[in-house]
Amino acid sequence: MSGQDNTALLEVRELKKFFPVRGGLLQRVVTQVRAVDGVSFKIDKGLTLGLVGESGCGKSTLGRAILRLHEPTSGQILIDGQDIVGLPRSRMGEQRRRMQIIFQDPFASLSPRRTVAQIIREPLDVHGIGTAQERERRVIELLADVGMGAEIRDRYPHEFSGGQRQRIGIARALALEPDFIVADEPVSALDVSVQSQVLNLIAELKKKRGIAFLFISHDLAVIQHVSDEIGVMYLGQIVEHATVGDLYSAPKHPYTQALMSAIPVPDPTARRTRIVLEGDVPSPMNPPAGCLFHTRCPQAQDRCRTTVPAMLNVGSETNPHRVACHLQD
Amino acid sequence: MAEDKKPPLLSVQNLIIEFATENGVVRATDNISFDIFANETVGIVGESGCGKTVTGLSILGLIPSPPGRIVGGSITFMGRELVGLPEEEMRKIRGCHISMIFQEPMTALNPVFSIGNQMTDVLIRHHGLTRRQARDSAIEMLAKVGIPAPAKRIDEYPHQLSGGMRQRVMIAMALSCDPKLLIADEPTTALDVTTQAQVLEQISKLQAEFHMAVVLITHDLGVVAETCRRAIVMYCGRIVENASIEHLFASPRHPYAKGLLDSIPQIRSQRLEELPIIPGRVPDLLQLPPGCRFADRCPRADGLCSEQIPKLAPSGTHADRVACHHPYPAVQAGSAS
Repeated sequence: MSGQDNTALLEVRELKKFFPVRGGLLQRVVTQVRAVDGVSFKIDKGLTLGLVGESGCGKSTLGRAILRLHEPTSGQILIDGQDIVGLPRSRMGEQRRRMQIIFQDPFASLSPRRTVAQIIREPLDVHGIGTAQERERRVIELLADVGMGAEIRDRYPHEFSGGQRQRIGIARALALEPDFIVADEPVSALDVSVQSQVLNLIAELKKKRGIAFLFISHDLAVIQHVSDEIGVMYLGQIVEHATVGDLYSAPKHPYTQALMSAIPVPDPTARRTRIVLEGDVPSPMNPPAGCLFHTRCPQAQDRCRTTVPAMLNVGSETNPHRVACHLQD
Repeated sequence: MAEDKKPPLLSVQNLIIEFATENGVVRATDNISFDIFANETVGIVGESGCGKTVTGLSILGLIPSPPGRIVGGSITFMGRELVGLPEEEMRKIRGCHISMIFQEPMTALNPVFSIGNQMTDVLIRHHGLTRRQARDSAIEMLAKVGIPAPAKRIDEYPHQLSGGMRQRVMIAMALSCDPKLLIADEPTTALDVTTQAQVLEQISKLQAEFHMAVVLITHDLGVVAETCRRAIVMYCGRIVENASIEHLFASPRHPYAKGLLDSIPQIRSQRLEELPIIPGRVPDLLQLPPGCRFADRCPRADGLCSEQIPKLAPSGTHADRVACHHPYPAVQAGSAS
């Protein structure tokens, strides 16, 4: 985390995304789902921020809001210092070229009626890049980049397995040579033996091309391999943010600790004490007062129920480790 | 394993299940044999399409037919043959002796009936309880699976519950008639890790309390390591290894089992340059190779492997079995733990 310079590739400041909930006879807005509730972070060029949290914590909404696939409710999204929130459609186009997304479900994210070549070429067509011949050549290059041969160019998505489809989705995301990719649970629909193949590919692309990633996952074990920093989300907020080394060796937030201890360990001789959380995640329509986690926290105290904990830096100036927890006071 | 001497609770022998598809007949399980003993928890592990779910469904006589069909083999439960049993008889076994829970509790529960309604239905039908008795018994079951305020929750509808709560309700329903065998098909896959931990803990606790055997079908070897005594590893419709958890995790003998173990994502103290993988991919079930189905992905394969299907044979220690022409060496008895 080089927090001192302000040339971060992407900087998100106090981003919020609320979804209105309508009800009653007149379909008026009765309440709001606070899906993303004041999130801030930076991603430097070529680095990966892993975003981890359970279903409904707002991690996918955050990923989409950054690309303005969901229009943010408030906050700033700076790309090389320029705020893209509120940018008109015409100017947004050029920014979009630099930002791409890989989706979770490789079965739903590729059009079944288009050939592999058409799918990968689409971004080039949309942005009018190169001649028809150049685009064709580019498609072959992109296929090679994701470890697939040119012979599949005229086949359709249904002919491929989940892992192969995800490679095609990655090739499409690479077509415009983006600086930044949001990867939203890219391996969670895949079998374990294929999962590692795709993770290795992403790690390689990151290293060779210097692409920055926001890597969204519910799985702390998956995210470790590809991330430089990790942000842990709970109910729309980041509760802990540190480098991979610090987060895994010394998690500070009780939620991060519980998440880590909940992962089943493939070693029957390892008998460890597990922190089993009680209850369920509260509704983001009606988040609890004080610390959002206090209803499930095994260490909650009185002040946790009333006062919102501030984000504290428990690391150093140059190597920050931020955590929002009263116990760190 | 002392259970070896006793007859198994469930014995599956040479089971062959086929499905008719548009492109031809697919063999979902090909000559699989295994035993489940009373009170033990056994994991059936494998990746999508390996036949693990079909195996689970076949035990309950739930293979959708057509297109599915049991072509050969037998399934004996407490000495009774289940293959070919009339639906009427099968229903009694399903209600009283073998229960099943599924991956997605929302689709397994009926959205238009209250929890209580669905739970008491089973008790009234199979146990002849009165409505009042059934309700009390259902509330008691809900309390046992760790649902807070069960007397209130019983009148709620499935959509009012969280995923973890729904899965607990499913477990409560499955256990309400005191089964000897519970088949759990990916019971925690749709749940978050923290909820998964709660549900797995609950299943282990209830397994001991109800003295039942549990067959846990999963793709997650981590889950198996934490809950099972033994694991059956399947690949492409065949069992490749059947071993005690200690042996399997300390020294898997089948190269696929080893590859699977190595590629599990896990938190490592030192990050690896590259994650271990199994190269290639699962063969198409319509175009299976003549020999070992893992041969073209296997680091140990030779000419024999691509010609001859390896048989599931005893592997060193008495209870373990492996189907491989060139297995990794067995661990010495006792040195695993």
